[in-house]
Amino acid sequence: MFRSGAIWAVAALAVVGSVSAAYAGPTLDAVKKADVLKCGVNTGLGGFSIADSTGKWTGLDADVCRAIAAVALGDANKVKFVPLSAQQRFTALQNGEIDVLSRNSTWTLQRDTKLGLNFTNVTFYDGQGFMVPKKLNVKSAKELNGATICVQTGTTTELNLADYFRANSMQFKPVVIEQQQEVLGAFFAGRCDVYTTDRSGLASTLKNDAPNGGADYMVLPEIISKEPLGPAVRQGDEQWTDIVKYSVYALIQAEESGITQANVEDLAKTSKDPAVQGLLGTPNAEGKTSGNGEALGVDEAWAVRAIKAAGNYSEIYDRNIKPLGLERGINALWSQGGLMYSPPLR
Amino acid sequence: MLPLTTGYFAGYQPMQVLFGLFAAAALTGAILIKDRNLKGMLWEALAVSLILMLGTYLAHNTIVNLANRKIATGFDFLDREARFEISESLIPYSAASTYGRAMLVGFLNTLKVSILGIILATILGVGIGILSLTRNWLVRQLAGGYVHFLRNIPVLLHIFLWYTAITNLLPPLRQALSPVPGIYLSQRGFFYPVPEPATGWTAALYGLIAGVVLAVAATRVARLRQDRTGEILPTGLVAILLVIGVPLIAWLVGGAPTAFSVPALKGFNFEGGTSISPEFFAVFGALSVYTSAYIAENTRAGILAVSRGQIEAGRTLGLSEGVILRQIILPQALRVILPPTTNQYLNLTKNSSLSVAVGYPDLVSISNTTLNQTGQAVECISIIMLVYLATSLATSALMNWYNRSIKVVER
Repeated sequence: MFRSGAIWAVAALAVVGSVSAAYAGPTLDAVKKADVLKCGVNTGLGGFSIADSTGKWTGLDADVCRAIAAVALGDANKVKFVPLSAQQRFTALQNGEIDVLSRNSTWTLQRDTKLGLNFTNVTFYDGQGFMVPKKLNVKSAKELNGATICVQTGTTTELNLADYFRANSMQFKPVVIEQQQEVLGAFFAGRCDVYTTDRSGLASTLKNDAPNGGADYMVLPEIISKEPLGPAVRQGDEQWTDIVKYSVYALIQAEESGITQANVEDLAKTSKDPAVQGLLGTPNAEGKTSGNGEALGVDEAWAVRAIKAAGNYSEIYDRNIKPLGLERGINALWSQGGLMYSPPLR
Repeated sequence: MLPLTTGYFAGYQPMQVLFGLFAAAALTGAILIKDRNLKGMLWEALAVSLILMLGTYLAHNTIVNLANRKIATGFDFLDREARFEISESLIPYSAASTYGRAMLVGFLNTLKVSILGIILATILGVGIGILSLTRNWLVRQLAGGYVHFLRNIPVLLHIFLWYTAITNLLPPLRQALSPVPGIYLSQRGFFYPVPEPATGWTAALYGLIAGVVLAVAATRVARLRQDRTGEILPTGLVAILLVIGVPLIAWLVGGAPTAFSVPALKGFNFEGGTSISPEFFAVFGALSVYTSAYIAENTRAGILAVSRGQIEAGRTLGLSEGVILRQIILPQALRVILPPTTNQYLNLTKNSSLSVAVGYPDLVSISNTTLNQTGQAVECISIIMLVYLATSLATSALMNWYNRSIKVVER
């Protein structure tokens, strides 16, 4: 009895000793097997990803999740939204807790390399700004020497802030708080002169959180950093990277080609424009399709589903970001003076 | 799997195999050998080998997984520029300093709030503990209420409560309360004047240290003399004279400087003088008051553990109640109070990690920022764990040493 126990122990040891790192299989297969896309989003940022009273997630980042699920699984509703804090987000992606991160995350060199991630596209060009009470009588960030500045931890905001003040030979005192609710509480109570975060966040705060409807506060004109926000995936699965990348580009191209949530299905049947046919996987007069779906490892109607899920980029923007009071600006299409540009989808 | 032939973690796989062989050898020996003592030792060796093997297996697996996911590892980042500011620091620091120095700043801030918190918690706790045993009914109820009210609210809520109170109830910067000219109290903190650096003040500081040392020595001498002759010397008075007098003389000899740096409103903030931030004060106040409730209970238990006969014997000898408390009850109660109070000191230190909730830049707060900027989670979390472990072990070592020094000397 005792001896057989000992033999089992040795056998168990041999197994433990030989097991090596878990093999990360192709993400698409894993997503299909689970029949749900695990998408990392912000715990609550108006315009980007926020759950409403019925638990439905809305926002630009949430809609990107839906478009990807529509492409990968054929159903925009097969998304499991995983709300993540700034500190948790990259670890969650690295560990495979989520399949894609769509959580207003800034694309930077070190994140793209040292964190083992790949950023696929930019879905929103943001930049860090400052909010001050109007009674402070400040018109420019250059006048903020000596100010006390409230900032939330776990973002690149702290770094940009210090860089900006160093570059302009100014001093400041940071008050770095973990939870956004507490940061805003301290700022609106008057603990700080200035609140800093991305401009989109400032717009959302001014509209949703500021007392008196934001009438006593203003956003300074300076934009002190470049914050290209977009989805990220794990390095090393090129097929999955491509699926996420072109799901987003399809939305941008759809805006350019005038394809909307309402007309996409009609156009898929009736359009004679070769570019539209190519994007939507419609067979041409000779019954040939563009082969985009095959190249990505999905079926040919992928782009139809992506656009059907939440509309093209401008529909998504107008529904989520515009109500914050942020005009398209540099987020307009390249043809309208902005930076949104899709490579040819052929 | 990547071959890990370079780097300082390369040794883990051979070590794993080595411990595996040890384990197998110990197991074989333990089964075959008849000698009971040797058998026992081999079973223990097996257990130790298995633990070491599991440890090296986990370490190795982590490294391989990180390498597979192309995540950078190692502690090189500690030597890179931090590029973020810290609001308060005991040592010179700027955004141009390294991550290593930023973490040191965080650690010193943790120590500062912990040590000051422990001191205040002890004073409050012992005081309340004694008050909860007085004969006065009202005082007893108030002391009991203090304990029950404070220890039944989660400590994070205490911190939020203090912080909200300071930032919302105190006036804004420009309407700061100024009870005495040069001293300002506002939601931005407590601002007060400090002496301008001068030889006289440095001399006074050294004089203070010398005065304390002399006072302790004088008390010792008086105690020895009392043991020998029975004569009671006025030690209290002498001690106070030494602690005040020596630095005063040093200050006078040093040129009696009177220049002060006084805070004055300039731009966005007060300049000059020095200040206590609301963040520090919220964490310090909340932790010390919360912990003092537990220390009060320890004190009460310790005093109740002293046999009534001791007190009655003191009264029979005609000693005053104060002398009975200081000379008879507390020294005996201390032996009961100390071990659980050590736990409270450790709790206070560890609870200081909640500082980030209100923006006090403690070790955890700084490490979080570092973690987020470098993405090196395993390294940053390891540093936090090791530093807290080392601090806690040092605290308990100190307390155990003190505990042994006050143990009953058996004759």
